[in-house]
Amino acid sequence: MVQSDLARELDIDRFGVEAVLFKALDDFMAEQQYSPDSLIEVLHRGQEMFGYLREDVLKYVARKLSVPLARVYGVATFYHLFHLKPHGKYEILVCMGTACYVRGAERIISALESQLGVKMGETTNDGLFTLICARCIGACGIAPAVKVGTDVHGKVEAKKVRRMLRKYEGK
Amino acid sequence: MAEFQRLHCFLCTGSGCVAAGAFDVRDKLREELEKHGLSEEIDIIDTGCAGLCERGPRMNVWPDEIYYAQLQTKDIPKLVEEHFLKGRPYEPCRMTDTVSGDIIASEMDFQFLSKQRRIVLENCGVVNPEHIEEYIARDGYLALGKVLCELQPADVLAEIKKSGLRGRGGAGFPTGLKWQLLHDAPGDTKYIVCNADEGDPGAFMDRSVLEGDPHRVIEAMAIKGYATGASKGFIYCRAEYALAILRLNIALKQARSYGLLGKNLFERGFDFDIEIRVGAGAFVCGEETALMQSIEGHRGHPMPRPPFPTQKGLWGKPTSINNVETYANIPWIIRQGGEAYAAIGTEKSKGTKVFALAGNVRNTGLIEVPMGITLREIVFGIGGGIVEDRAFKAAQAGGPSGGCIPAEHLDTPLDYESLTGLGAILGSGGLIIMDETSCMVDVARFFMEFCVDESCGKCVPCRAGTRQIWQLLTTICNGEAVMEDLDRLEKLCLMMRDMSLCGLGMTAANPVLSTLRHFRHEYEAHIKDKRCPAGVCRKLVTFSIAKEKCTGCGVCSRNCPVDTIFKMDGERKYHIVQDACIKCGSCFDVCNFDAVNKE
Ligand SMILES: Cc1cc2nc3c(=O)[nH]c(=O)nc-3n(C[C@H](O)[C@H](O)[C@H](O)COP(=O)(O)O)c2cc1C
Ligand code: SF4
Ligand code: SF4
Ligand code: FES
Ligand code: FES
Repeated sequence: MVQSDLARELDIDRFGVEAVLFKALDDFMAEQQYSPDSLIEVLHRGQEMFGYLREDVLKYVARKLSVPLARVYGVATFYHLFHLKPHGKYEILVCMGTACYVRGAERIISALESQLGVKMGETTNDGLFTLICARCIGACGIAPAVKVGTDVHGKVEAKKVRRMLRKYEGK
Repeated sequence: MAEFQRLHCFLCTGSGCVAAGAFDVRDKLREELEKHGLSEEIDIIDTGCAGLCERGPRMNVWPDEIYYAQLQTKDIPKLVEEHFLKGRPYEPCRMTDTVSGDIIASEMDFQFLSKQRRIVLENCGVVNPEHIEEYIARDGYLALGKVLCELQPADVLAEIKKSGLRGRGGAGFPTGLKWQLLHDAPGDTKYIVCNADEGDPGAFMDRSVLEGDPHRVIEAMAIKGYATGASKGFIYCRAEYALAILRLNIALKQARSYGLLGKNLFERGFDFDIEIRVGAGAFVCGEETALMQSIEGHRGHPMPRPPFPTQKGLWGKPTSINNVETYANIPWIIRQGGEAYAAIGTEKSKGTKVFALAGNVRNTGLIEVPMGITLREIVFGIGGGIVEDRAFKAAQAGGPSGGCIPAEHLDTPLDYESLTGLGAILGSGGLIIMDETSCMVDVARFFMEFCVDESCGKCVPCRAGTRQIWQLLTTICNGEAVMEDLDRLEKLCLMMRDMSLCGLGMTAANPVLSTLRHFRHEYEAHIKDKRCPAGVCRKLVTFSIAKEKCTGCGVCSRNCPVDTIFKMDGERKYHIVQDACIKCGSCFDVCNFDAVNKE
C-alpha cells in the first residue's frame, strides 16, 4: 500500500482506485530495484497506467527512485513519447516519416485538422480524438499510414479520412 | 502437430504485414484448416519481413513455391479450398510482377528478389523468429560455438578485420578496429551496446532484423563480448518498435534457457547476458554519447568527445556500440570466414548493405545488395522503374544526415566513398526515389523540419541554426525569398556543420547543401519565378475548378476550412473565390471527379 505520509503529501486517496495504480507502479519500481537508471522504463509504465504523466505521478516516481523532481520532469519533457496532458480516447497518429511524407502525409494532416477542427497536438472538445504525429510507425510499405487507437490504417487517402473516423465516433 | 506436414505456409508477420492485417488472415487460415481437417497436414509458420511489405499480407507456400500477396480474410476460404484441398493454386491472390503483371512462379522470375544478395536478411522471412530451434536449424549459434570452443579473442578480432566490415549505423568505422579498441581498453568491467534506435524516419532495416531474426543479433553480441572481454550487453531499442521488443524478449528468454546466454557459456568459463533498454522517442539518442545518457535514465544529451566511449562509456566504463545491421553480419562472417565476406563488395566497402527503398518506385521495400551496386540497378532493376514511367529525378540517401544523388550519377557505385564524394552518405540505408513530382526544396525543408524537432537544444549552432535554416527554406517554398537568401542559407549551413557539438547538428545541413549543389535551379525557380516546378509547394500553386468536369456535388465546398468555394449563379457548378483561399488543397483531395486543378 502507498506509504501514508507520501500519500498525504501527494493527496492520494489511500483506499481508492488510485491507490491500486500507485501500488502497481511501486511494484514495477521494486522490480527495477528502485534504480534511478530505470527512470525511462518507469515513466513508460506510469504513462501506460495513468494515461498521461500527471504531476503527482512524477512526484511519486521522483520520491521512490530518490532522484530530484527536476530530473524526472526534465526526462518527461525531453522525450517525444511522454505527455503531461491527458489525451483523447483515441490517439490519431499520423506518420510523418519519409515514406509517408513523399506519399502525401501532409495532406492527410490538413484533412484531419479541418475535419476535427483541431490543430496538430490538440484534443477535440468531446475528448474523443487527439491528433499527433510520429516519424515512421513501421508501416512504410503501406504509406501513408495513420494509426487510430491501436488500428493501423494504410494507404490512407485525404478524401477518405471522414469515413475512416466514422467507425470510432459511434463507440 | 503431426511429424510431417505436406505443406508449409510461411506467413509474414512483420510490422508491415501485420498493419495490413496478417494476424486476422492467420486466424482465418487456422479456422479454415480446422474446418477441413487439414490442421495436421498443413503448417502455418509465422516469419519476419521478406522486404515486400507493400504487398502484404504475404504468404509463401512450400514446397509448391507459390507466392501469395495482399491476402484478405475474405479470400481465405476459397484459397484453402482451391489450393489445399484441390491442389490448384488460388490464382486471384498470387503475387504478380509489378512491371509485366505476370504471376511470379519462382524467385528467379522476380527482379526484386533475384538481384539481391542476402547475408543480413538470410533468415528473414524464412524462420519463425519466436522459435530458437528454427534459428539453430539454420546454423544459428554455430558461430558462437566455434568462437568459444576453437578461437582465442585475438583470432576473432583478426577474422573481423579480415572481413573488412564497417559500421552500418552511419559513420562506416571499421568494426574490427572498434572491437580491438575495446579489447585493449584497461579494466575488468566493459559493456557492449547494440544501437537499435533506428532514427532515420525512412529506414526500417534494423526493425526487420530484430522482428524477423532476433537471435542473430544476440549471437553476434555474445561473440563480441567474448572477443572484447565484456560480459554485459545492452540493446537500446526505440519504443515505437513494440513487436521487435516483444520478439527480442522472447528470444532472450529462449537463449537463456538453452544456455546460450548467462553463466559459463559452452562450459568455457565465459559469462554473458543482455538487457533491453527502451527509448522514448528522440532521434538524438541514436548518437553514441546521448544513447549512453539515455540508458542511464537521463535526458539524451550528447557529450563532447573525447573521452570516447571505449575510454569512458556507460557508468564510466569502457563501452563499445555497434548498429543492429553491423551485428547481423557477424555470425555469417565467423561461419564463412572473413575472406569470403571481403570477396563481396568494392575495394573499401566490403559485404552487403540493406536499403529501405521508398518513394516513387514500383517495388518499394527492404533490399539487401552487394556494396558497389549502381543506383540504376536498384531503381530500374530491383525497383522495377519509376511509377507511371515518369522520369527519375534524384535519390535521397542517408535520411536527415544525407543528401541526394541526381540522375546524372545513376551509374555511381553505391559505397561509402562514392556517396560521400557526391555530398550524400550511405548512412543508415534509407533510399528515397524521387521523380518530377517531387520538389527538392520541399524535401530539404522536410528533413530540416525533422532536425528542428529533434535538436536536443544543448548547443546553440544546432538549436538556433536548424530553426533559422528551416525558416529560410519555408520562405523559399512560399515564394517570399530573395536571391541573397541563398547565400545566407549556404553560410548558415556551413556554420552549423562546423560548430555543432554532435553528429546531428554537424550533418543536419547535408540535405540542404546537396540539393543546393545539384538542384540550385529549383531554388531559383521558387525565388525568381515564384514557381514550384514540381507543383508541390502549396503557396505557389493555384487551385481552380474545371467547369466541364464539376458535377456540382458540393463536397469541396463543405470541406473548405475557410468557406471560399461557392455555387455559381444559376448553375450546378462550383467555383473558388481566390482571395480567401489558403491553399490547403482540401478541395483537390476530396473531389471525386478530378475537377479541381492545381497549377
Ligand atoms: C544524430 C545521430 C543519430 C544516429 N542514429 C543512429 C541510429 O539510429 N542507429 C544507429 O545504429 N546509429 C546511429 N547513429 C550512429 C551512432 O552514433 C554510431 O556511430 C553507431 O551506432 C556505431 O555503430 P556502427 O559502428 O556499427 O555503425 C547516429 C548518429 C548521430 C550523430
Ligand atoms: S467536389 Fe468536385 S465535382 Fe463536387 S462540386 Fe467540388 S469540384 Fe465539383
Ligand atoms: S485550397 Fe483550401 S482554401 Fe483554397 S479553396 Fe480549396 S479548400 Fe478552400
Ligand atoms: S514512414 Fe510512415 S510508416 Fe514508415
Ligand atoms: S512486413 Fe511482411 S514483407 Fe515486410
